[in-house]
Amino acid sequence: MYRYDEFDERFVRERVAQFRDQVARRLDGSLSDDEFKPLRLKNGVYLQLHAYMLRIAVPYGTLASRQLRQLALIADRYDRGYGHFTTRQNMQFNWPKLRDVPDILGLLADVEMHCIQTSGNCIRNVTADHFAGVAADELEDPRPTAELIRQWSSLHPEFSYLPRKFKIAVTGAEHDRAAVKVHDIGLRILKHPQTGEIGYEVIVGGGLGRTPLIGKVIREFLPKDELLAYLEAAMRVYNLEGRRDNKYKARVKILVHEIGVEEFRKRVEEEYAKLNGPSINADPAEVERIAAYFAPPTYDKLPGDSKAYVAQRAANTAFAQWADASVFKHRVPGYAALTISLKTIGEAPGDITSAQMRAVADLAEKYSFDELRVTHMQNVVLPHVKQSDLFAIWNALREAGLAEANVGLVTDIIACPGLDYCALATARSIPIAQAIAKRFQDQQRQRDIGPLGIKISGCINACGHHHVGNIGILGLEKNGVENYQITLGGDATENAAIGDRLGPGIDADEVPDAIERLVEVYLSQRLKDEPFIDTVRRVGVAPFKDAFLAKDSSKTQEAEHAAA
Amino acid sequence: MPLLDRSGLKVETFARAENLDDAAGDIIVPWANVQAVLDAGAGNHRLGVDIPNNISIDEILPLADKLDLISVPFPSFADGRGFSLAKQLRDRGYRGVLRAQGKLITDQFAYALACGFDEVEPADEVFARQPIEQWLAALTRITNVYQRGYDGAANILDQRRAARAAKAAQGESKEASHV
Repeated sequence: MYRYDEFDERFVRERVAQFRDQVARRLDGSLSDDEFKPLRLKNGVYLQLHAYMLRIAVPYGTLASRQLRQLALIADRYDRGYGHFTTRQNMQFNWPKLRDVPDILGLLADVEMHCIQTSGNCIRNVTADHFAGVAADELEDPRPTAELIRQWSSLHPEFSYLPRKFKIAVTGAEHDRAAVKVHDIGLRILKHPQTGEIGYEVIVGGGLGRTPLIGKVIREFLPKDELLAYLEAAMRVYNLEGRRDNKYKARVKILVHEIGVEEFRKRVEEEYAKLNGPSINADPAEVERIAAYFAPPTYDKLPGDSKAYVAQRAANTAFAQWADASVFKHRVPGYAALTISLKTIGEAPGDITSAQMRAVADLAEKYSFDELRVTHMQNVVLPHVKQSDLFAIWNALREAGLAEANVGLVTDIIACPGLDYCALATARSIPIAQAIAKRFQDQQRQRDIGPLGIKISGCINACGHHHVGNIGILGLEKNGVENYQITLGGDATENAAIGDRLGPGIDADEVPDAIERLVEVYLSQRLKDEPFIDTVRRVGVAPFKDAFLAKDSSKTQEAEHAAA
Repeated sequence: MPLLDRSGLKVETFARAENLDDAAGDIIVPWANVQAVLDAGAGNHRLGVDIPNNISIDEILPLADKLDLISVPFPSFADGRGFSLAKQLRDRGYRGVLRAQGKLITDQFAYALACGFDEVEPADEVFARQPIEQWLAALTRITNVYQRGYDGAANILDQRRAARAAKAAQGESKEASHV
């Protein structure tokens, strides 16, 4: 993985000192509260319901063991002994004191980490496929591109006061695990159909929030070495022309929607044509320098299927079932990418204790070339483990309370922090996730239902990505009562789709029953081995809508009975 | 209002005026009046213009040669359009004075210079809280930056490139001495 050179090191240290000075200038009155707010946000410091929250960047979700151990230390020393992984592959601490933040930043800098641009109206932490460098369907590792953009976007003189936040995601694989179509800019690495040259498909104007929109392609093929100049052109058009009169219409997706993708493309290309590309772009040697850090580790030469693993699976059903849910096929024979579920039934999705962080860091060091990934599903991945080590890892995870066999299943629920923590939230998310997980906790039933992504947001800003959940849940407030809208058919992959609303919102305690009715429709309608989302696509929303609304009809029937 | 650049406070030589008759020396006129002033002939006046920050630079460029100063407003520190306008004006060849005027804060000073501004005319209210020492100190916080093609601090990519070239040259001379 990437290691800081002297320049990166100095940059991050200076940024820490700069923030320390900004805090001091706020305290002595040089900076007004209004002026300080974006400065602290651009350093990941939010003011939440009960306390400050600190959001730490995990660039493109890649972590080393020593970094996770440092996060554990920060959790113990400055927080309440746990942290929370977010849907943008970052880590949040919910209880730090503002006065401690500069010291925390210093500890992060010690392990080449920071909080730069994890919030604010700037280019945010760049995300990438969590199976980068692992997946067989990958054309090129997206992380060197993401790292190049991370550096380029850090304290950008022109694009640090944008109309609104700006999120970039990169994938290098056929199957999109980075949700590039619901980002402000999504980059898909591809081969030019004629020349075979490597470049990017550039997608713009996707996003969730109040106005969910699927991104549109503005460049079919951008040569790889032209990336930064093209991004500069696109960002400049957005910075100059994005709406600043209404915060809810300020994202680039609204600009693209209002002027049309053709016009947006034209303006970007016009600007791009006037730029002096070679004076902006990174030279190929710099791109190579970064890429070298992401070279594959030195794998052992192993047979395709570990005999020990096959035997252990045969001897232990629980292990086999856990492995079935958790193992992703590695491109190297004899290896596996292992997803560790942070969705233990009854716990808050994405939460991890300091002891668990250390346990996972130890496993990464011992079994996975010291490397970890954070997924936008709020889970953690050991990207390169030998199949023959899986049994030992499973036993260690059971001891750490991290062996839930539910990755990708109905209880692997994404949820934002919601009203339990967040100042913006209109309803709670975590208790809803916990209630659904409890309802579906039966292992056999979960496996029978198969892949089903439930995503929950506690307000219209959609941090829980509910629009692209196979089942989405949006918590709102109605006459002082929490009220939940259910959507169906959302998808964050290359088949990106926004879910359809099934009907009027329901009360919190009705949510598990409603999900149950939707699952029943699926089970009765599915063809052999057909996943939930495919059944929804094939049969349409109507039967699900009927089942969802059946709640009311059963009530009406009861009322009629009573009347009779 | 105060005026400053990268070396400190500056003496203001321009006065804001509606047209030529309103001031004796150098003047900054509103964008709406600039064509009329140019048509009348600016004479010995050095001429500046206050542009709105939602203007396209294509409207300004035809007049740019005749403008000694362009003042770009920052109605709020959160409104970053001025940075892009300055960068575009510089990149497309404007060589006069570029001034950032309004509610910028010290933490934006380095960004303003990097985008091509020469000077800042901060709002009185901001300058009362953020004296000149803080403006100058703000320029010393970050030594190197990652962006190529901007002014000011040295960029890291070119320094890495230079280091690579130096290393390669060293390698070559070593090889040569072996021969």
